[in-house]
Amino acid sequence: MIPLSRRHDFVLIFDVTNGNPNGDPDAGNLPRLDPETNHGLVSDVSLKRKLRNYVELARTGEAGHHIYVQEGAILNEKHREAYVAKRADDAKALKEAKEAKKLNPKGDDEARALRDWMCANFFDVRTFGAVMSTGINCGQVKGPVQMTFARSVEPILPVEISITRMAATNEAEQKKRAEGEEGEARTDNRTMGRKHIVPYGLYVAHGFISAKFAERTGFSEADLDLLFEALANMFEHDRSAARGEMTTRKLIVFAHENALGNAPAHVLFDRVRIGRAVDGEFRDLDDRGLGNLAPARKFADYRVEIDRDGLPAGVEIRELL
Amino acid sequence: MAYGIRLHVWGRNGLFTRPELKVERVTYDVMTPSAARGILEAIHWKPAISWVIDRIHVLEPIRFQQIRRNEVGHKAPAGTIKQAMNRGDLGGVQLLADEDRQQRASTVLVAPAYVIEAHFTLTAKAGAEDSEGKHLDIFNRRAERGQCFHQPCLGTREFAAHFALIAPGAALPPRASQAETADLGFGTPRDLGLMLWDIDHTAPGRPSMFFRARLVDGVMAVPAPGSAEVLR
Repeated sequence: MIPLSRRHDFVLIFDVTNGNPNGDPDAGNLPRLDPETNHGLVSDVSLKRKLRNYVELARTGEAGHHIYVQEGAILNEKHREAYVAKRADDAKALKEAKEAKKLNPKGDDEARALRDWMCANFFDVRTFGAVMSTGINCGQVKGPVQMTFARSVEPILPVEISITRMAATNEAEQKKRAEGEEGEARTDNRTMGRKHIVPYGLYVAHGFISAKFAERTGFSEADLDLLFEALANMFEHDRSAARGEMTTRKLIVFAHENALGNAPAHVLFDRVRIGRAVDGEFRDLDDRGLGNLAPARKFADYRVEIDRDGLPAGVEIRELL
Repeated sequence: MAYGIRLHVWGRNGLFTRPELKVERVTYDVMTPSAARGILEAIHWKPAISWVIDRIHVLEPIRFQQIRRNEVGHKAPAGTIKQAMNRGDLGGVQLLADEDRQQRASTVLVAPAYVIEAHFTLTAKAGAEDSEGKHLDIFNRRAERGQCFHQPCLGTREFAAHFALIAPGAALPPRASQAETADLGFGTPRDLGLMLWDIDHTAPGRPSMFFRARLVDGVMAVPAPGSAEVLR
């Protein structure tokens, strides 16, 4: 395992068609919006959740690629239960661990050993870090990978779709509906629901990978490749009724020669320019001539250009998608 | 101020959590000195030096937004990890996020931009090879080239901070005239109340230290370590 020796910054560009990329719990699960500009948002934690799920799927049960913050009951869990059942003494140890209110490491060395063991076994701890309640310096692992909120390049217009269901949840609901309504049996049990979709949105997220933190958690070159693979494919395994069609469209990585980096991140990010494609020409998003243009509804309505001229020395652009 | 530096930092959002409002996080109006110190340390730090924040210039109007996210309610328990380590199998070491949900709102700053004015002092851990000039050069070189140990952030890691060095003698980035309001203490100084100054990591229990923050013409002066203005 070679720990990562170079800093990386990346730009992730993904889109959504007729779906809700990330619901806002404060707004009845409407797609997240920046209230001032109406740009859509996708939270950093939402993207990290998908990355974790992808690694969980792609590397099930592989040593060193377990996922600590899991979602729902996972097949592994079933294997594990069988495992525990076979080893009664282990189950006892497990129970003890669950019942003990406080078990703190005895010193810095032990806390370090615990952290190292977690980093070695769990991909998400090694990548994003974790807070462990060791009571010693918060037992924090700061992971090398830092993600920001994704934001749509243009304002989005969330659309509310009403849908119906031809069944009632319980008898009480059925009775309530039957009273005072004379209709055919088919519609008696009907309930209404809502879906929120974004007809189309192109989102951009930025990410940073610190080589210095990678040294601390043992995040390796192989882990980096897996992270990029996950960024490219995370939506392919996250299909659901709510999501619509989501796709990673572009993944642009700026690899620095130096562990500390060779150029400021914001200068590099500015090299990725996104505009509207008008008759095959690139037009800036704040171009006033776009006023009468129909709203974008597909990726081909946008153009992504990467400025490769006069790149700072020691920075390499890798277009992974 | 022989070894002072000035760093321009900005980002899309910031969240400098008030310690009294940290479940549903609410940000301070202005970056705290301890967050500013963290940004400088992300660029350059060694145990031999200690950063001291002198002033924080606020360049943009103070605006807020609400964001609610699903978070998990628990940290990784060291006891469980230890047991699994000793057993040599991973049983029971995981956290089921959707069974441990907490939806929490954060009130965050929108498009904050600051200039941090700071200097550093040498600590007791400084050896013969640590001179002030050396560390100043390292910081200036890194900040100028955009190099950093890890990308600094505006309070929390999802809000990345972009930074640029302001060369000695160069002018500060211009402040938009519409930002020169009473909100930033133009005309009359604005009292921001008690603000976290920093956390004392050397004392047992890591107590927080506070100071009375005031914005005067868009600038927040930060009391020096050990001054009477720093309250424990």
